[in-house]
Amino acid sequence: MIQRAAPNPFSRFFGYAGGVTIMLGDAFRYMFTLQVRLTDVLRQAYFLGVESWPIIVLTSLFTGAVISLETAKAAVQNGFTEYVGSSVAYGTFRELGPLLTGIVFAGRAGAAIAASLGAMKVTEQIEAFQSMGVSPVKVLVTPRVLACIVTVPMLTVFADIIGISAGYYMAHWVAGIPQYTYFHSVQQGTEPSDFYNGLIKAAVFGMVVSIIACYEGFRTEGGADGVGRSTTNAVVTAVILIFAFNFVLSYVLFR
Amino acid sequence: MILQEERAGPPRPEEDVAIRLDRIGLRYEEKIVLSDCSVDCKRGHVTGIIGLSGAGKSTILRVINGLRHPDAGAVYINGDDITGWDEHELIEMRKKMGFAFQYSALFDSMTIAENVAYPLWEHTTMTRAQIDKRVSDTLEALGLSEVEGSLPGELSGGMQKRAGFARAIVNDPEIILFDEPTSGLDPIMTHIIVTTIKDIQSRLKATSVVVSHDLRSIYALSDTVAMLFEGTIIESGTVAEIRRSPNPIVQQFLQGSELGPIPL
Repeated sequence: MIQRAAPNPFSRFFGYAGGVTIMLGDAFRYMFTLQVRLTDVLRQAYFLGVESWPIIVLTSLFTGAVISLETAKAAVQNGFTEYVGSSVAYGTFRELGPLLTGIVFAGRAGAAIAASLGAMKVTEQIEAFQSMGVSPVKVLVTPRVLACIVTVPMLTVFADIIGISAGYYMAHWVAGIPQYTYFHSVQQGTEPSDFYNGLIKAAVFGMVVSIIACYEGFRTEGGADGVGRSTTNAVVTAVILIFAFNFVLSYVLFR
Repeated sequence: MILQEERAGPPRPEEDVAIRLDRIGLRYEEKIVLSDCSVDCKRGHVTGIIGLSGAGKSTILRVINGLRHPDAGAVYINGDDITGWDEHELIEMRKKMGFAFQYSALFDSMTIAENVAYPLWEHTTMTRAQIDKRVSDTLEALGLSEVEGSLPGELSGGMQKRAGFARAIVNDPEIILFDEPTSGLDPIMTHIIVTTIKDIQSRLKATSVVVSHDLRSIYALSDTVAMLFEGTIIESGTVAEIRRSPNPIVQQFLQGSELGPIPL
């Protein structure tokens, strides 16, 4: 029997990163050469995006409310109530909207993608595509990646709106801040680029979640245990990468 | 069928060999799966591959289909060595192959008709009406007309197997690979599956490779049989030759005896 040394952490890291990059490159190649079915993309966008919507609404609702609650209290004590709207909007557009959407999306959609592809892997369905001369990346990965790149920014728009609106109701209720003051502050304290750059972040997070989940699904080995492991790995890896990419993107986009 | 001590090289035209595995070696992490494995499959014949569970039988099918890349040796499909081929070339080759998986591997989210139509949608320029006709004819030939609108999960194991066959043969492949076609089925369904494969073979005249440890099915289906043991083909020949083999490993396997050289 031939003994092979267990791969060291560096080999594993570069092997993983290389595998993800190659899969992503293939997916983009199929996208740019229009080898992707629109119906598949829409189906995935519905399943992954629309069905994540309620969780994202709830998350952004409570987050926007709590930021406003804390800010409004301090604002009343220190007399800067005209800045509550801008502080909520600034944080929501730039950071919390895309970041929370990305994380919740990783938990909901990333897990769903990894579990479904993992189940297909262990039941030989992915090999079945290959065996009939069909690239599984083309038919399984590309529609999911494209759907996520499109839907996460859309979900982020909802998250921004809900977060800022919840912030207004909380500011009004706790500190009696008038509607005009709050939304004027939102307008004065933020730039359109804060909003657009937040959406760029969201698109990148969508790409990260989808490609990691697809890769983990394709790597699944064994039975139900393997599917569970892949699902957990997909969510954990995607969340860590979202934080890392968030830092890099904030540095690049908001310098 | 031949066993080789040295690399045989590509088959000569007069040999009429469609598939040749030429001293294939393949390992998975630390485990050697195939070692010096050589077998020829004649064009238009059914080659049965028998062996213990975990002997590497299914891996042979995956090597032939290009789903696994051997670490050593050559795989000749219609005279071409596919071991160095890239994915694009393999995709072209696979369009002429059908693969019936052990657990059918039907796509859960598609109906039986959609599953069977899938290779035609992907690889042909047929119209929807032509595809529907071809799918309907194929399902009818395999006795599945009634379930064409059903999802795979709604079918019995035997029906799923036949649906898997239908998807494998719908585009008239030159080579058909059957992975454990009768495993987990009752004797009646096993008989139906064997008859189905015989019908397919007589209709398509394809080169078929059937992997199984169900000896009755292999005897009924195969023109030639090869026995795989610990990753190597240790015996091959016609059904009668295999049954008369003096090799104690082959005899122990055929008799299903626990006494003999096979480590348990």
